[in-house]
Amino acid sequence: MRVNFTVNGRKQEADDVWEGESLLYVLRERMGLPGSKNACEQGECGSCTVRLDGVPVCSCLVAAGQVEGREVVTVEGLADYAKHREDAHPGGGCASGACGTSIDAAQRWQAKPVDGQTGEAGALSPIQQAFIDAGAVQCGFCTPGLLVAADELLERNASPSDQDIREALSGNLCRCTGYEKILDAVRLAAARQEEAV
Amino acid sequence: MDFLRPASWEEALAAKAEHPTAVPIAGGTDVMVEINFDHRRPEYLLDLNRIELLRAWEVGEETVRLGASVSYTQIMENLRAELPGLALASHTVASPQIRNRGGVGGNLGTASPAGDAHPALLAAGAEVEVESVRGSRLIPIDAFYTGVKRNAMAPDELIKTVHIKKADGPQQYSKVGTRNAMVIAVCAFGLALHPETRTVRTGIGSAAPTPVRAKAAEEFLNAALDEGGFWESGRIITPSIAKQFAELASASCNPIDDVRGTAKYRRHAVGIMARRTLGWTWEQYRGTGRSLEGAA
Ligand SMILES: Cc1cc2nc3c(=O)[nH]c(=O)nc-3n(C[C@H](O)[C@H](O)[C@H](O)COP(=O)(O)OP(=O)(O)OC[C@H]3O[C@@H](n4cnc5c(N)ncnc54)[C@H](O)[C@@H]3O)c2cc1C
Ligand code: FES
Ligand code: FES
Repeated sequence: MRVNFTVNGRKQEADDVWEGESLLYVLRERMGLPGSKNACEQGECGSCTVRLDGVPVCSCLVAAGQVEGREVVTVEGLADYAKHREDAHPGGGCASGACGTSIDAAQRWQAKPVDGQTGEAGALSPIQQAFIDAGAVQCGFCTPGLLVAADELLERNASPSDQDIREALSGNLCRCTGYEKILDAVRLAAARQEEAV
Repeated sequence: MDFLRPASWEEALAAKAEHPTAVPIAGGTDVMVEINFDHRRPEYLLDLNRIELLRAWEVGEETVRLGASVSYTQIMENLRAELPGLALASHTVASPQIRNRGGVGGNLGTASPAGDAHPALLAAGAEVEVESVRGSRLIPIDAFYTGVKRNAMAPDELIKTVHIKKADGPQQYSKVGTRNAMVIAVCAFGLALHPETRTVRTGIGSAAPTPVRAKAAEEFLNAALDEGGFWESGRIITPSIAKQFAELASASCNPIDDVRGTAKYRRHAVGIMARRTLGWTWEQYRGTGRSLEGAA
């Protein structure tokens, strides 16, 4: 079957989708967006987290056919999504097709942290920069899902308590970091966000 | 496999009548796991996501009419005062991502003895409104669970709404698991005080082939509270009454040994949870009380 939906703000079409296929499979295998990770395919690990109409979900548990006509934001579009939120919708988010990341740009997306020499900012969202600065990335497999979940938390709650952070990230497993640095990263992003206001 | 995407409730009922083997998919948090692991290859998937009325709820005089697809997150955020037991139970389900998708309709569809909505529904008192092209009917929650992962629905029926009694007193939900998130209950206990009828209702999860009420425990407690004039006086419930209530709750279990826990442990834990939830709710009732919100 054919499925039409919006990915990172741009309309996309996927063909020959098997009826039992997950959104995660469509993103990774049909759209060339491997940012969302496949680790468990049963909702346990959160590494496949994306936003569906703004709401964080495990894309491995959404049937592809269920996203027809809907809006999906993946980690590849997170930097643009965050930028646009800052420019156009301070304090909120936008899942509309008016703004967004082209599929080519999303496919080519790479993490480019702030250049230590020139201080020039790369194409990173504040939460991504904070993960790098806090040392919250080890193997990186859990990172995309955590970024999407953490970014959504900070969108809805500008100064989360530790309890809020733990709760918001309770559906994301990390085998490497022991979580402390991840909590640091979210605190850092929250503090920077407050400074900026 | 075919993917059916009805745009309205009527279309969904027609599709289910035409293809009774079609598997409805709401949040997909049970269905997709089975498909991803090749445990299920239904001929038809019947997507319910486009049906608005399944995502709506209505707070009436006596009951809340909860659409089958209202997510756990929505219940926690919007119905804490009306349905404190279910809101607390919802908060224990999995993780934010799962709670954003899953809901009570899917929990009832799966009818797992470990489903967290069930003890809360049993304790509050509820009826499940199911419908087919033949018409609609209300199934009392006590009659809904018919066996391990079996329910009282006919193949052509869909769950439309769940009519849940609005809380008229404190409610609590307690769940045993290895951590605070992402755990299927080892066992669970829901308890609701109903001061208007001067009754206490309960629900037990994961300690019998189906979710069950601790009926003998309820009957004993209702009589004891009545005889002692506890509802009027708001006195502390005596330890001997609480103890017997707990023992009877424990005795109404029919658990098994499995990977999550032994039958013996489950029986023991249910007794403890029965005593604790009774204590918590009774304190709320006695206190400024009548505060209907559950403590998280
Ligand atoms: C990682 C993970 C953790 C989980 N943890 C918990 C937990 O802690 N507690 C818990 O209770 N559950 C848990 N679950 C199970 C699941 O999330 C719940 O059972 C949830 O309520 C299912 O809702 P859903 O909308 O996703 O159902 P779906 O998967 O869409 O459907 C479930 C079943 O119900 C049927 N169905 C759905 N809607 C209807 C309808 N309107 N009419 C008729 N049939 C219908 C479907 O055909 C299917 O058989 C967990 C699942 C995962 C993946
Ligand atoms: S791959 Fe989706 S939750 Fe693990
Ligand atoms: S960094 Fe390796 S799983 Fe989290």
